[in-house]
Amino acid sequence: MPESFVILNAAAIQRALTRIAHEIAERNENGAAVVLVGIPEIGDGLAHRLSAILSEIWRLPVPVGILDVTMHRDDLDHRLAPKVHPTVIPFDVTGKTVVLVDDVLFSGRTTRAAMDALNDFGRPKKIQLAVLIDRGHRELPIKADFVGKNVPTALSEKVRVRLDLPQREDEVVLEK
Amino acid sequence: MSWHRKHLLDTESLSAAEIITVLDTARAFKAVGERLIKKVPALRGKTVVNLFIEPSTRTRISFELAAQRLSADIVNFSADASSFKKGETLKDTARNLEALNADFIIIRHSASGAAHFLSRVLNAHVINAGDGAHEHPTQALLDAFTIREKKGKIAGLNVTILGEILYSSVARSNIWALTKLGADVTLCGPSTLVPKTFEQMGCRVTYDVEEAIREADIINLLRIQHERQRKTMFPGISEYTTLFGLTQARLALTKPDALIMHPGPINRGVEIDSEIADSGRSLILEQVTNGLAVRMAALFLVNGGQGPQEVAGN
Repeated sequence: MPESFVILNAAAIQRALTRIAHEIAERNENGAAVVLVGIPEIGDGLAHRLSAILSEIWRLPVPVGILDVTMHRDDLDHRLAPKVHPTVIPFDVTGKTVVLVDDVLFSGRTTRAAMDALNDFGRPKKIQLAVLIDRGHRELPIKADFVGKNVPTALSEKVRVRLDLPQREDEVVLEK
Repeated sequence: MSWHRKHLLDTESLSAAEIITVLDTARAFKAVGERLIKKVPALRGKTVVNLFIEPSTRTRISFELAAQRLSADIVNFSADASSFKKGETLKDTARNLEALNADFIIIRHSASGAAHFLSRVLNAHVINAGDGAHEHPTQALLDAFTIREKKGKIAGLNVTILGEILYSSVARSNIWALTKLGADVTLCGPSTLVPKTFEQMGCRVTYDVEEAIREADIINLLRIQHERQRKTMFPGISEYTTLFGLTQARLALTKPDALIMHPGPINRGVEIDSEIADSGRSLILEQVTNGLAVRMAALFLVNGGQGPQEVAGN
């Protein structure tokens, strides 16, 4: 059994999302121009939670899309075929500020794939990045605009985000 | 999610979990086809060869588009315009294509076992696009995908396969796939083309067409393959239509939500009444759309390397 530590519990996750939502609102004056796009499997759940908080702040609905990035990954030859999820973007991204939402920012390759995938749906005015955890070890020149928690990690460690699982508290865990 | 295979050769050896993985993956690829930009870079730089020793235009085009939508390059090879006529063997032909750095060989051949044979002599990924009377796995997978999409499930459904079974690769692949997913499969057709021995595959055989279709949720019609048929199998086309054709009168006996499938090409007025083929009960064109998504999924899955499936570090 690997050793594991809880980095964020359910309440801390919700507090971090509330803060991120306020930072998104501070950065983007015009809420009507903002859409959220979550990256499965966890990012879409986070995006829906952010949308709920932002809708209260702006007093308008904030649309949420789901963007599968696996078909755009650069490591498809080096691994078993990853699980793919249907992409659902029920709005036009052209001219919008798209906030990409992911659970963990690590190498930056998922974010690169996401920006690539988003291109096929239109030309956003801006793309911003919100992540629950930034664990470092970037391999590409990518930086998050909104971070729930910075967690210094070793390469061998794993960060697991558990969200909306049946009979399980939400939590973020670091596995040694 | 489970897929560790380098090739897709049959449905007989697939587990239910592997079949579900293909269907789930295909769902995401179907959505790609509905976009303005119907292309993703997953197989960019890869080369796919359609090695069609037996002609099958719709299957070839489906694989061709599937490869193109994954950004692969594709070459079509057909037997009539090739060195085959000059006496080259299948093995030599395939190894020549591999020497051109083909990454995927899609093989269609009239000989059962052709795809398995190639998978043993090549390093490339091999996908079976129909090997004689043996298997046609992507057709069965697209049929299962279509059934699941329309009915929301497969387990517990009554699926009747009506028509020529004996020479049909589609029938065998469908029986393996659907029974693994928990469907109750019934076969029906002329006794010369539907031997009782098929019951060993876990399905039921009947020669009473009305009984076969009455409780069916899905009726999958298979074409009478004139090209594979010896003349002695049944007296004639019009007798086939009289005894086994899906006519309006027979359709009236079925459950109101029973849906009609057919892998094509359809013979209007033979195995299916023309109006039924064009009606809301028919899934024939949706099968074609879904076939493209399933073939994209098949190419994507077999392409997977040996590393971990999990996205690094998360």
